[in-house]
Amino acid sequence: MLVIKNLHAEISGKKILKGLSLEVKPGEIHAIMGPNGSGKSTLSAVLTGNENFTVTEGEIYYEGKDLFQLNFEERAKAGIFLSFQYPVEIPGVSMINFMKTAVNEQRKSKNLPPMSSGEFLKYMREMKDLVELKSDLANRSVNVGFSGGEKKRNEIFQMAMLKPKLAILDETDSGLDIDALRVVANGVNKLKTPENASIVITHYQRLLDFIVPDFVHVLYDGKIVKSAGKELALELEEKGYNWIQKELEV
Amino acid sequence: MDVQKTYKKYIDIFEKFKDELKDSESEKFFKNRENAFEIFKKHGIPEHNHENYKYAGINGILDKDYDFSIESRAAKVNLNEFFKCEVEDLDTHVVLLSNGEYYQDNEPIEGLNKGVVICGLKQAKTEYPEIVEKYYNKYSSEIEDGFVALNTMFAQDGVFIYVPDNIELNKTIQLVNLTHGFGNKNIFKRNLFVLGKNSKLSLVICDHTLNSSNNFVVDLTESYVGENSQLDYHSLQNEPNKSGVVNSHFINLEKYSRCNSFVISLHGGVLRNNVFAKLAGENSEANLYGLNLTDRDQRVDNFTLIDHLVPNCLSNELYKGILDEQAKGAFSGRIIVRPDAQKTEAYQTNRSLCLTPQAKMRTKPQLEIYADDVKCSHGATVGQLDENALMYLRQRGIDEREAKLMLMFAFANDVLLKVNILPLRERIAGLIDSRLRGEFSYCAHCLLNCESRN
Ligand SMILES: Nc1ncnc2c1ncn2[C@@H]1O[C@H](COP(=O)(O)OP(=O)(O)O)[C@@H](O)[C@H]1O
Ligand SMILES: [Mg+2]
Repeated sequence: MLVIKNLHAEISGKKILKGLSLEVKPGEIHAIMGPNGSGKSTLSAVLTGNENFTVTEGEIYYEGKDLFQLNFEERAKAGIFLSFQYPVEIPGVSMINFMKTAVNEQRKSKNLPPMSSGEFLKYMREMKDLVELKSDLANRSVNVGFSGGEKKRNEIFQMAMLKPKLAILDETDSGLDIDALRVVANGVNKLKTPENASIVITHYQRLLDFIVPDFVHVLYDGKIVKSAGKELALELEEKGYNWIQKELEV
Repeated sequence: MDVQKTYKKYIDIFEKFKDELKDSESEKFFKNRENAFEIFKKHGIPEHNHENYKYAGINGILDKDYDFSIESRAAKVNLNEFFKCEVEDLDTHVVLLSNGEYYQDNEPIEGLNKGVVICGLKQAKTEYPEIVEKYYNKYSSEIEDGFVALNTMFAQDGVFIYVPDNIELNKTIQLVNLTHGFGNKNIFKRNLFVLGKNSKLSLVICDHTLNSSNNFVVDLTESYVGENSQLDYHSLQNEPNKSGVVNSHFINLEKYSRCNSFVISLHGGVLRNNVFAKLAGENSEANLYGLNLTDRDQRVDNFTLIDHLVPNCLSNELYKGILDEQAKGAFSGRIIVRPDAQKTEAYQTNRSLCLTPQAKMRTKPQLEIYADDVKCSHGATVGQLDENALMYLRQRGIDEREAKLMLMFAFANDVLLKVNILPLRERIAGLIDSRLRGEFSYCAHCLLNCESRN
């Protein structure tokens, strides 16, 4: 589904990704862990096509095609979804209008007719229940006045609405208490199918108790320096990132 | 542009037609014209050097040859036939104007509340002289402004509405001013609205030019809102690219009265909107809202003056604008709090979005506060679309163009939310949406098949 080969990327002349390679197959969940500033959010920005970052070297294939041929919103329409580390507040744009536009744009790109208001509201209600989103949030402006936890839950709600093929969750767990974490993880698990895949970026192994990854990768200074099964997360939790650093120096 | 030449032209026109005007009405009304002529001679046409017109950019439209006439230019065809309001759920009484004149063949309004008068101003001068004399040119004569004076010198007709005490109009009155016919016309229109005590009037005013004539319109409206009465005034402007409009609205508010004024500039060449609100009675309230959507070489200049004369009054101002391409805009908001006007609350906000580096917005608050126990605030911002918000919407698969439209619409929305009549709010929302989409924005039938994008 996704093949990244030797990816180098920079922003304002600063090199951040320095030869990152990764392969994700349908049905898999990959966890990417790593210290602050190692380039995790940069990877998600490059995958989604954020124009502020420049790719200087490397290749990315998505569903067998060169990802760089698709612009930002084309990638979204092709099923790449990012749960933002910092969801943006948009005063004056209601969640309903936002989701209705997004869902119908996606349908348009698949040559499907737009959903009727009735159908849409029913669908929205189902997805809201799936991620246990408080119902009044849907009537408010996007993320405005939402608590940190509500914002993250709202990201998962949008994921449920849009049913991406490849979901990238950038520190969706940070700032969540244990109950909210469980809700978010439940949502992700319920949305999992054999056809879609997730990249779960996290700082802590806590989330991985709920979303069980097939692979855990450690991103360090712009490169994946270690990959293993889910047991790696526990090891990291125990020994800290210094352990990786020491291991690298050896 | 030689403003001096234009000034001279209007002096000559007045000298030429003054006898004719004098013969057409009573001495009392004609006196207003002569007084205005003196003001005009003294002040001339306000230019860049005039404090209130610094950024208006009106000079550019003055140098065309406009056809002036004191003869009627109203339509000879039946306008009723091709005007039908199709705003769903918005049940209005429609009143047509033709080239600024009250259309004589307006269909009679059925079911209008007893005692309410709606007719042409010219007709009102002879049929209701006591009311008209009492209010006509009262507030407007206090302001020495060349354009206000020009209107008083030349305007002969427009709409007169009188709502007696204790009447809440059952329907919104929709004034549809159609400008039509060939040639570039100079049009002077004058409205007078008088509300007694405990009354309520809601107005929608659609000004629209039916062809691409480049007219120069000098409009003036006076509204007198009696004790404990409410006026809801919604003006929708949709004019061709090369047209010029200077529009002044004088609102006098008695105690416990309220005016909600909306000036929605959807399209135009050069638009100048003056709103003068005088809080003359205690506990009165003036809410002035404005929204302008401009692109190309359009200019919209809003000037407001809120005069707090007495204690315990409230004024709110919210003006917003979206400027695209080379559009220019200005907002000057003057608030005067007189020494007696203790416990005044006056709030002013002006926010603009400039979508290109060429679009320019100037904003100038002017607070003159002579009382000490007051709450006043003002704020102005000029910004661009929020890049992060744009990215967020696009990440969900919404095309950049659509995402921008959503953000622009959201920006305009807070002005829209102040419109209390829901079907009207929805209708205006639809107009704003199609305007922002670059579609031709016609207001059902009051803005007929127009060529205003030409
Ligand atoms: N917009 C930016 N401009 C300049 N430097 C940036 C920008 N965004 C991120 N960086 C830098 O890139 C590095 C990696 O950041 P990021 O990908 O956000 O790390 P992580 O998500 O792993 O914490 C950091 O050193 C950060 O300061
Ligand atoms: Mg990050």
